[in-house]
Amino acid sequence: MNNKRYAYYSGCSLESTAKEYNDSLKEIFKVLGVEIEEPDDWSCCGSTPAHTVDPLLACALGARNLSLIEKMGLETVIAPCPSCFAVLKRAHLKMKKDPEMRERINELIDEPYNLRVSPKSALQILYEDIPPEKISEMAVYEIPELKVVPYYGCIVTRPKEVAEFDDPENPISMDRILESAGITVLDFPFKTECCGAAFGVVKRDVVNKLSSKVLSMAKEVGANCVAVCCPLCQQNLDLRQDQINSLMKTDFKIPVLYFSQLLGLVFGISPDKLGINKLVVSAQWIVDSLKKAEKRGKKIKEEPEAEEEQ
Amino acid sequence: MPTNVINITKSADSSFIGQVAKESGQNPYLCYQCGNCTAGCPFTEFFDYPVSKIMRLLQAGQKETILRSRAIWLCATCETCTTRCPCQIDVAQIMDTLRVIARRENYVSEKEIKLFFDTFLDSMKKHGRVFELGVLLKYNLRSGKLFTDADLGPKVLSRGKIHLFPTNIKGREKVEKIFREFERKPRNEQ
Repeated sequence: MNNKRYAYYSGCSLESTAKEYNDSLKEIFKVLGVEIEEPDDWSCCGSTPAHTVDPLLACALGARNLSLIEKMGLETVIAPCPSCFAVLKRAHLKMKKDPEMRERINELIDEPYNLRVSPKSALQILYEDIPPEKISEMAVYEIPELKVVPYYGCIVTRPKEVAEFDDPENPISMDRILESAGITVLDFPFKTECCGAAFGVVKRDVVNKLSSKVLSMAKEVGANCVAVCCPLCQQNLDLRQDQINSLMKTDFKIPVLYFSQLLGLVFGISPDKLGINKLVVSAQWIVDSLKKAEKRGKKIKEEPEAEEEQ
Repeated sequence: MPTNVINITKSADSSFIGQVAKESGQNPYLCYQCGNCTAGCPFTEFFDYPVSKIMRLLQAGQKETILRSRAIWLCATCETCTTRCPCQIDVAQIMDTLRVIARRENYVSEKEIKLFFDTFLDSMKKHGRVFELGVLLKYNLRSGKLFTDADLGPKVLSRGKIHLFPTNIKGREKVEKIFREFERKPRNEQ
């Protein structure tokens, strides 16, 4: 099978506070044969602040990046941060639906965008383009003690007309990806409850309170780890976990890992390369519990041969 | 006797309903007040008016009350209301449009939220990308709340999770140009 090549728009968060998301995604992409290329001189997507000023501004900031990506000649761009993804996808859809809008936006940016790029989240690529057998095959380690709840956050699957992926109320893509890698995933009623989003700095108490609900539910269903796919969710649950504990008089100590870090660990990639040491709530016990998954590895290795015989 | 009775006939601005409908691309009249949006809204306990009430106020043309509300600024665009509306109204889009209009017409009930967003966009305009540390420090300075999130400083610095200096992209003038061009366009033509 030929490797597929994608454009990759990391976005501002993945260059700083979510560096471990960036590093771990790149590591697992190498293992899974996902080739990526980054657009030169990309700019910030504008995120939440831009659309609160004007939808036209938000669209233009997204479109500048889409036009850069379009020139690379690749049909799909992976935007791992749900906020970047939403901006790029909304800009694409708006310009596609409304030719007048397209003209106005193209006037605002230097080089026109001609609708030839399809923005997707990292979750969507792993779920739709990588066969689950491939993920299983690469998972040579297991973590028997690990019980994960998959936390998707608000916008990676919503609104459904924009995301065009998975289910807006009960998404399952991250569940299936982690399960394919032999990780135990628990049912989680708060998969899409809001963590408080972008108000962390300004309304810290509101965000801490909302995030605490997510962590409480994780604890209640018996999880010892939360898996996320959004830099803001990760920040609110991990970096702010001490704030939550002091505000809510709780004693949470739940590691919050990007789903790509968990995959990387069972793929046998070194924890340093996956940025495990960048997490605020330590995930060392997860690293220490890694065991060679001999049986599964063997069973899966036999499968490709069987296929060839057919 | 309730003290905050609104005389809706006196305060109704019927043109406002049309303006919001046009800018948001949504039809506010479709709402029949089932309350599903409010039931699912994670921020409702922090809102002055629950989102279903905002929808009702909108149908009654209560421009002043809506634009002065804190709710439209506290909405995080989590899309729960939009996902669950039985009439397929994009409620989160309406909330966003109301916030855009409030900003344009200088009704800002949550000044710090606006200040944070402005500081973020200023950073982006200047560097082409957002410089997180710069945004936080500048926000703290401008808001006068100097120690906001100071407890997080050692956590991010010791893990090398934040840059100490901004990244300036080559095309930052092009990003600045988008902001400038945009500011020049007449706003009411949308």
